[in-house]
Amino acid sequence: MSTSPLTDLGLPGLRSGTELVPAHDAAADGPQTGKDFTSDQEVRWCPGCGDYAVLKAVQSFLPDLGLRRENIVFVSGIGCSSRFPYYLDTYGMHSIHGRAPSIATGIATAREDLSVWVVTGDGDALSIGGNHLIHALRRNVNMTILLFNNRIYGLTKGQYSPTSETGKVTKSTPMGSLDHPFNPVSLALGAEASFVARTIDSDRKHLTQVLAAAAAHRGTSLVEIYQNCPIFNDGAFDAIKSPDTKADAIIPLVHGEPVTFGAPSEDGRGSRALVRDQATGGVTVVATAEVDAADIVVHDAHNPDPTMAFAISRLTDAGYLNTSPIGIFRQVERPTYDDQAREQVALSIPENDDTADRAARLAALIGGGDTWTII
Amino acid sequence: MVAPQKEVKQLDRVIIRFAGDSGDGMQLTGDRFTQETAAFGNDLVTLPNFPAEIRAPQGTLPGVSSFQVHFADHDILTAGDAPDVLVAMNPAALRANLGDLHKGATIIVDTHDFTARNLTKAGYKDNPLEGDALAEYAVHTVDLTGMTVESVKEFGLSRKDASRAKNMFALGLLSWMYGRPTDPTTTFLAKRFAKVPDIRDANITAFKAGWNFGETTEAFAVQYEIKPAVLPPGTYRNITGNLALAYGLVAGGVQSGLPVFLGTYPITPASDILHELSKHKSFGVTTFQAEDEIAGVGAAIGASYAGHLGVTSTSGPGVALKSEAIGLAVMTELPLVVVDVQRGGPSTGLPTKTEQADLLQAMFGRNGEAPVPVIAPQSPGDCFAAAVEATRIAVTYRTPVLLLSDGYLANGSEPWRVPTVDELPVIDPDFATEKNHGSGEDAEFWPYLRDEQTLARPWAIPGTPGLEHRIGGLEKGDGHGNISYDPANHDFMVRTRQAKVDRIADSIPLVEVDDPSGEAKVLVLGWGSTYGPIGAGVRRVRKAGYHVAQAHLRHLNPFPSNLGEVLKGYDKVLVPEMNLGQLSLLLRAKYLVDAVGYNHVRGLPLKATELAHAIGELVGQAEGIDVELGVWGEPTQKEHI
Repeated sequence: MSTSPLTDLGLPGLRSGTELVPAHDAAADGPQTGKDFTSDQEVRWCPGCGDYAVLKAVQSFLPDLGLRRENIVFVSGIGCSSRFPYYLDTYGMHSIHGRAPSIATGIATAREDLSVWVVTGDGDALSIGGNHLIHALRRNVNMTILLFNNRIYGLTKGQYSPTSETGKVTKSTPMGSLDHPFNPVSLALGAEASFVARTIDSDRKHLTQVLAAAAAHRGTSLVEIYQNCPIFNDGAFDAIKSPDTKADAIIPLVHGEPVTFGAPSEDGRGSRALVRDQATGGVTVVATAEVDAADIVVHDAHNPDPTMAFAISRLTDAGYLNTSPIGIFRQVERPTYDDQAREQVALSIPENDDTADRAARLAALIGGGDTWTII
Repeated sequence: MVAPQKEVKQLDRVIIRFAGDSGDGMQLTGDRFTQETAAFGNDLVTLPNFPAEIRAPQGTLPGVSSFQVHFADHDILTAGDAPDVLVAMNPAALRANLGDLHKGATIIVDTHDFTARNLTKAGYKDNPLEGDALAEYAVHTVDLTGMTVESVKEFGLSRKDASRAKNMFALGLLSWMYGRPTDPTTTFLAKRFAKVPDIRDANITAFKAGWNFGETTEAFAVQYEIKPAVLPPGTYRNITGNLALAYGLVAGGVQSGLPVFLGTYPITPASDILHELSKHKSFGVTTFQAEDEIAGVGAAIGASYAGHLGVTSTSGPGVALKSEAIGLAVMTELPLVVVDVQRGGPSTGLPTKTEQADLLQAMFGRNGEAPVPVIAPQSPGDCFAAAVEATRIAVTYRTPVLLLSDGYLANGSEPWRVPTVDELPVIDPDFATEKNHGSGEDAEFWPYLRDEQTLARPWAIPGTPGLEHRIGGLEKGDGHGNISYDPANHDFMVRTRQAKVDRIADSIPLVEVDDPSGEAKVLVLGWGSTYGPIGAGVRRVRKAGYHVAQAHLRHLNPFPSNLGEVLKGYDKVLVPEMNLGQLSLLLRAKYLVDAVGYNHVRGLPLKATELAHAIGELVGQAEGIDVELGVWGEPTQKEHI
């Protein structure tokens, strides 16, 4: 599936996201539990914050990765969610606003034996750090980015964010916000991300499945997590969380399955379905009963062409979230920046490399060129 | 190849400036002449000067590019104030450079481009080669282009391609005039154009034709000889500041055993450091061309956290963008080398010109109390040692270090005595491997428990079992390193970070003062690339019979511990800088000394002659005498300087 000419030049093939990270030895060191990944720091999010659920899910998921704890690094930017690393007993850095992907790029490129995670929010990743996010995705650095999207600025107390719906009345926009929001999945697909998924803070099972797939993916995995801010944007995701509405609100994406949603009919299919829209080239929602089953879009996350994934991402409401596709939009293999960067270095280092050889080569380097000697 | 029939005159030094359109290959011509001169064994200093535009409109004044080389039979310190010889490839090159020449200087002009159109473009109403506009100079009018085209016609090149070899014809002519060896250039051309034999042969032929023209024509009656210089023993090579700096970073990696990770973004005049380091992967060097300046430093900080030597290279505008991240490195106390190749500012300023106006940005350009060690090289070759020293401080003290080079050092060159690897310091990263607080079951790793001597915190890299910890931009509690909002802790940590940087002074040499007579009342104190002009200015004043002391700072933060005492020992302190008095401000603030500034921000190095006058004036004031510099105040004097 690789399209890079570099793979034909002796550069590495495709591997799993954690393949080079040392495994935890349960026999020698005992089994890992979520507690092992819990630091001694008091968690200080607001009561009811969706971040608690994500933290709990990550703490209980990390043992499943089966990696040595000291080989896991969490990097965050600034914002409520970016406190995340302090609460995990791994290596971690709470960095500066928007820059976590760049710091993680340095870590991931320097060290193949680390599992690198970025925790960021909608303001951190899409506003101040938008540039770093798209370039990390473009380069496909081996890391997993958890983008907590609550569609509001929480830490600065309630200004609209780059994912807030237009017209949002906040402290900074008393007459309603004017800017059109980003759709993080569409943005990531546009940046040619190799793994793009969306999940929900309150759905532990789905969240954990997506985290597992993201960690297993070699390259940059972007996971958008809808996360409720009970203080400044409470209810933003009620439509997709409420038992009464969620069947109609969530468009579930499962690789290889026809995409239907809404109250299921007798055959188990949802009442509504996605079909190709010949007029626009996109997808459109129709009543399942009214279309030929063969015309229903079958989700193909591994399609090298991102067009369909992008079309599906456009079904996300830009205003109040009444409808949203949830799941893994795209998962394709592409050579990673960090693997190739390390390989270029490794190919350049001579076989007999050691301290003495380096010193000799340093002497040859600085004493090279046209020299003359004065006695 | 020396023509015996021609007169050979001995000179002790010469300053030549090659000037032409930016597309005329003047930088290459100057560089080749420099390499020939280095191979011959003269001491030399060069000054490339080119526009920011890659190809400014042809034939115009803004499009003029020049390369000045000063070479001598003795040690010299500057590229020279006023050229003795100007090679002008078109009217604009003549007009743009004429004002810098002293009367009697030699001008070699390519007449080919002196057309009505080109004269107009250069702003000449009348052809300066006709009439007596250049009567005060020794002018040689030569159709360099015409002769070049004629000499290479056998290769069947287009007229345009053929005429492009004119710079090599000019180089051949000058190489003959000054008895330069020709082999380095013919070897260079054969290699450079190996894949295009016609172009290769045309350039070599034009080069030889230029030499032969000098030898045979009656227009050039004199050949000059400048004997090799006597320099301290050792192996030498000619080197630019950017190359030396890149080598210094490679050496810093080797000497610390750390893989170098350069995270950077292209910017003039620092990009050559990226280009050079990208070639040295065999030393474990990784170069990451980031999406912007911030990502460059961010990745470098990440690499440092992961146990590499994080480096970022930039110029002034890039430092501004990196400021917040440098503050993060201050707070997280991670090693980081920040290279600032200073250029004219503010804003985009003068991208290809030199300046020293980032000193205060380096010192204070961050939010909060964020002390960062600052060091500066004093010459192109010295960029090597400065980079090694920056590495030593960064790794030993777990701190970002700002290394202030500048455009003049970056692109200028000089003979450099190549050090042996044994002379370089060994740098110990001393990674933490054990828990450092409590014992037994209660043993913990405390990331902010400091070394008592250096105040450096332990550097525990991911992958080290048991030392998992979190760092970040929020204030850290002393010792344990957890987030702390405690007022007393913040006050303590702010003072401790400052004390750590101050303690670096314990590991650096005292400032040395050059005061041969011991009777000087005036001290000239500088930093960075002004070393050469200051030294040359000081020599002039001493030659004229007056006393003056000189000192130069490698370390700007912290200052050497004896600096205050040194300053007190003199009645007057002159501080020449290519800014409006930034070091002066620091000295005045710290030592309450009445430092007198000598400041120019012309985008060019300070001039030794002007400095001599400024020093002389201050010596006069300090000693209550009238200072007369005589010939030593003239830019053209020909004695040893």
